[in-house]
Amino acid sequence: MVEFNLPKGSRVVKGQTHTAPDGAKNIKKFKIYRYDPDQDKNPQLDTYEVDMDNCGPMVLDALIKIKNEMDPTLTFRRSCREGVCGSCAMNVDGTNTLACTKDIVDIKGDAKVYPLPHMPVIKDLVPDLSTPYAQYTQIKPWVQADTPAPGSERLQTPEEREKLDGLWECVLCFCCQTSCPSYWWNGDRYLGPAILLQAYRWIVDSRDEKTGDRLDNLEDPFRLYRCHTILNCTNTCPKSLNPALAIAETKKLMVERM
Amino acid sequence: MSLRSDLGRVRGLGSAQNGTAHWWAQRVTAIALIPLSLWFIYSAVTLVGIDRAGFKIWLNAPGSILLMTLFVIALFYHMQLGLQVVIEDYVHNERNKIVSLLLNKLVAVFFAVSSIIALIKVAFGG
Repeated sequence: MVEFNLPKGSRVVKGQTHTAPDGAKNIKKFKIYRYDPDQDKNPQLDTYEVDMDNCGPMVLDALIKIKNEMDPTLTFRRSCREGVCGSCAMNVDGTNTLACTKDIVDIKGDAKVYPLPHMPVIKDLVPDLSTPYAQYTQIKPWVQADTPAPGSERLQTPEEREKLDGLWECVLCFCCQTSCPSYWWNGDRYLGPAILLQAYRWIVDSRDEKTGDRLDNLEDPFRLYRCHTILNCTNTCPKSLNPALAIAETKKLMVERM
Repeated sequence: MSLRSDLGRVRGLGSAQNGTAHWWAQRVTAIALIPLSLWFIYSAVTLVGIDRAGFKIWLNAPGSILLMTLFVIALFYHMQLGLQVVIEDYVHNERNKIVSLLLNKLVAVFFAVSSIIALIKVAFGG
């Protein structure tokens, strides 16, 4: 649904300021979205003055420092801290990205940190991703074949394997998914860029034997064709992948089999 | 509030098994409209200041009435396809959606047919 204003209880209000320790010379302000489901209050934007002389280089380093030293109630997801797990996806400086691979020095002025856009917020920077996860399950992200499995692996030529490059690297962080206006308005039926990239990853896999069924599953005005090539997905991908290209290739296959 | 599972919810009513024809028709009419629009603008500019009799002679030329008719069909077909997508994107109230989708189709057909009748009347009428 189109929403030009946030619902009443979701409007962000001014929050508290946590000042830097005395003697800190190199201070960077982090303005962070805070929401506590246990309190009947609107979300607020808290300011944290971080001493950058004693902080790692990435946004995630600053968040961990804040949680350890300034405010243990700050809640966020993180795991690998090197851009392969996709847990710390959030909106930093106006763009969806992984906090662990975002350099603080690249942010001009105060660093604004929000959860991924247009998803229900569980707490602070933790969005509820159950819908995209269910959509991922929906496309059956595994090899489906009727030919009995050979004694060893199902083989691919190097050329067939190459077709998966630019697709297998996706870490399912949903930066692209939640950057897409079409997904914001119609996320209940549109599968979104992340899921369509994954769907294409199995469509072009030479070992898979259900290509037609996979295309059947996508052939829908909402599931696939809500993509209007806005390209926010490709712009925002922290792994530099191209979901828009995967969607365009899927549409070409749809026409090819018409 | 619903206790339905997320997977059941996203599977919903299943795939509609269409959408490709709509998408393809939108591309075909868009490509057709590139030369047709250029031709239409060129013709409109050269016809500035002409009277009805002169326009009738121009329209009666074999190419003119054919290209005008094709232009009108491609234009309103393309308009209807595009507006349908906009309505599906933004109108989420089920009743408003059905009414606007219906209106979109009817208005497009109305304008296309009226334009063609007007062309025939001017070209072949008295």
